[in-house]
Amino acid sequence: MLRSPRTLLSVTSAALLVAGLTACGGTTKDSASNTGGDSNQASAAADPNAAIKEGLKIAFLPKQLNNPYTDVEVGGGKVAVEELKGEYKLVGPNDASASSQVSYINTLIQQQQDVIVVAANDPNAVCPSLNQARAAKIKVITFDSDASKDCRDAFINQATTQGIGESLAKMALEQAGGEGEIAVLSATPNATNQNSWIEVMKTELKKPEYAKLKLVKVAYGNDDDQKSFQEAQGLLQSYPNLKAIVAPTTVGIAAAARYISSSSYKGKVAVTGLGLPNQMREYVKDDTVKKFALWNPADIGYLAAFAGAAMASGKVTGAEGEKFTAGKLGEYTIGADGEIVLGPPTEFTKENIDKFNF
Amino acid sequence: MSDIDLGKRPSANRSGALKSRLTSWDSIILVLTGLVLVIASISVDNFGTSRNFTFMVLDLLPIILIALPMTMIIVTGEIDLSVASTLGLTSSMMGWLWNQGLSIETIIPICVLIGAICGVVNGFLITGLGLPSLAVTIGTLALYRGLAFVVLGDGAVADFPWNYTGWVTGTIGGGAVPNVLILIVALALIFGIVQHATPFGRSLYAIGANAQAAHFSGIRVARTKFWLYVVSGAVAGLVGVLWTLRYSSARADNGAGLELAVVAAVLLGGVSIFGGKGSLPGVLAGVVLLTALQNALRLEDVSGQALNIVTGSLLVLSVLLPNVTTAVRGNWHRRKLRQASAR
Repeated sequence: MLRSPRTLLSVTSAALLVAGLTACGGTTKDSASNTGGDSNQASAAADPNAAIKEGLKIAFLPKQLNNPYTDVEVGGGKVAVEELKGEYKLVGPNDASASSQVSYINTLIQQQQDVIVVAANDPNAVCPSLNQARAAKIKVITFDSDASKDCRDAFINQATTQGIGESLAKMALEQAGGEGEIAVLSATPNATNQNSWIEVMKTELKKPEYAKLKLVKVAYGNDDDQKSFQEAQGLLQSYPNLKAIVAPTTVGIAAAARYISSSSYKGKVAVTGLGLPNQMREYVKDDTVKKFALWNPADIGYLAAFAGAAMASGKVTGAEGEKFTAGKLGEYTIGADGEIVLGPPTEFTKENIDKFNF
Repeated sequence: MSDIDLGKRPSANRSGALKSRLTSWDSIILVLTGLVLVIASISVDNFGTSRNFTFMVLDLLPIILIALPMTMIIVTGEIDLSVASTLGLTSSMMGWLWNQGLSIETIIPICVLIGAICGVVNGFLITGLGLPSLAVTIGTLALYRGLAFVVLGDGAVADFPWNYTGWVTGTIGGGAVPNVLILIVALALIFGIVQHATPFGRSLYAIGANAQAAHFSGIRVARTKFWLYVVSGAVAGLVGVLWTLRYSSARADNGAGLELAVVAAVLLGGVSIFGGKGSLPGVLAGVVLLTALQNALRLEDVSGQALNIVTGSLLVLSVLLPNVTTAVRGNWHRRKLRQASAR
């Protein structure tokens, strides 16, 4: 120990010297060329008339296994693979860490799957492996969270910002009965998704058909059940003439519905927005909530399987404008950058809510 | 503690030495690893391909490199649980420095140095202040990971140069031998020679068996341990660089939980957690066994949970079996003594 500080000093200075020497001239962020990645984009031409092959091996790799929402998504994928007469496989890590998916992708490459449907835990960490998969003629479809767009063939986008915002405005108008005051109960003041939906909603409200609707306040429940509950309470104290509360967050809508359902405002103030059927079921059944929306996670998996099958059969390559049919969901067109939009969110009412379990 | 493995045994007891060599856990694990590799190559589809070999080498790279200094540390009766967090911190720093516009050739040595500094902190707290290594490195496990998040937050840096990321995942001349295998072999040779063929290496076993006795026989115990932690940190820093390049993603949560995989592999390789016992070949076999088994089971579509059960059981067995064999051997020895005295 006596001599070690001096030795340490010399080691440190030597290392710094090396660092200093190499500092002049080298690969930096600005000089690096990142064009070396496998960009094996749509090599073969698409054959729109190609038949969907049977027996395709379609593997799902979600962010993490044993998550109720994910289970519904891949469940939809399983149904689709059965309709396609393919082989369904579900693999995934127990933790949602960035790199744990890579080993699973490598395994799927070794097993020569035809399609990998993956929700990337890290858009870049999975990239080298996904490109290896694509080099091995495996089609890569992403869902939930996209991988970097140069390492997958298509991305299933559950909903566009525009679509959600329009849907929220439409439901607000309907539930308020065409006129009156409405309020928004959002998540946190800086929640990216919610803010962009609310922006679209505000733009919609400027249209003539929404002229009689007045947005009086945007409240924030911070995606915390108790805070959201109190905010809903506060909204009705400040605006007794409120006709509808629109909550574009699953926590907010459930809390608002719970408050209204137990208050004297039940039946007078409507609650709508984005929610999970299992959380909202009792409020839909007791008529507190007439209608709310969310994309159907089962449809995401379903569409992903069909997109992958169409691609593996050579029907589409992932280029913009190509069309394919996704079973019961109908025809889809591939958008820019290989994006496939699921469509408008599914609306849940008393009539259909029992068909959904998530 | 009487069974101190000093590498060579006196030749007077040659048949006994051979027997204990053959029944020692590190030879059992070597045989077991060979068996798993052979059986998997025959019965598991796609296991024996060159591409799968590359995947396996990439998977075991971080574990095997960190296990090299970890083996020495555990042999001296200490532990370093902060390695994975050191890896995360260097990964974060690598991303941050890259964003500052430094060249990658400068960043890599700086990152190794950062790892070494993490090791210096550990080493100082443990040998300088005499604190228990378990407590210290659990503390720095949280500390270094926390710092990693301070540096990079939840973000990721991904635009590392292709010639570096490609080198880590690539093979020599596009063939069957991964580039990083050179690194593994070179470092394993250096650590193996130091541990098993130098006085320094032998002093580690003496420290692990009885630190006080080692001290009185002239071994500079504190200084030796201090440098082991510095080396451990530097290697963790290097692995942080390799990890970042392999996944082309610098993130604060990189390598989280890896310390347990490393300690598991080291113990599976026959190193005693109490120190004084174990060999590097056993540890290398342990790492290969764990990785190959996981790879083969995944190819056979065994779920992640079942995978954890298998590796967990293997670990328990690796601690249990050597103790059972020692007990059995002890019994047998005592019975022979009794027979001899009865005669």
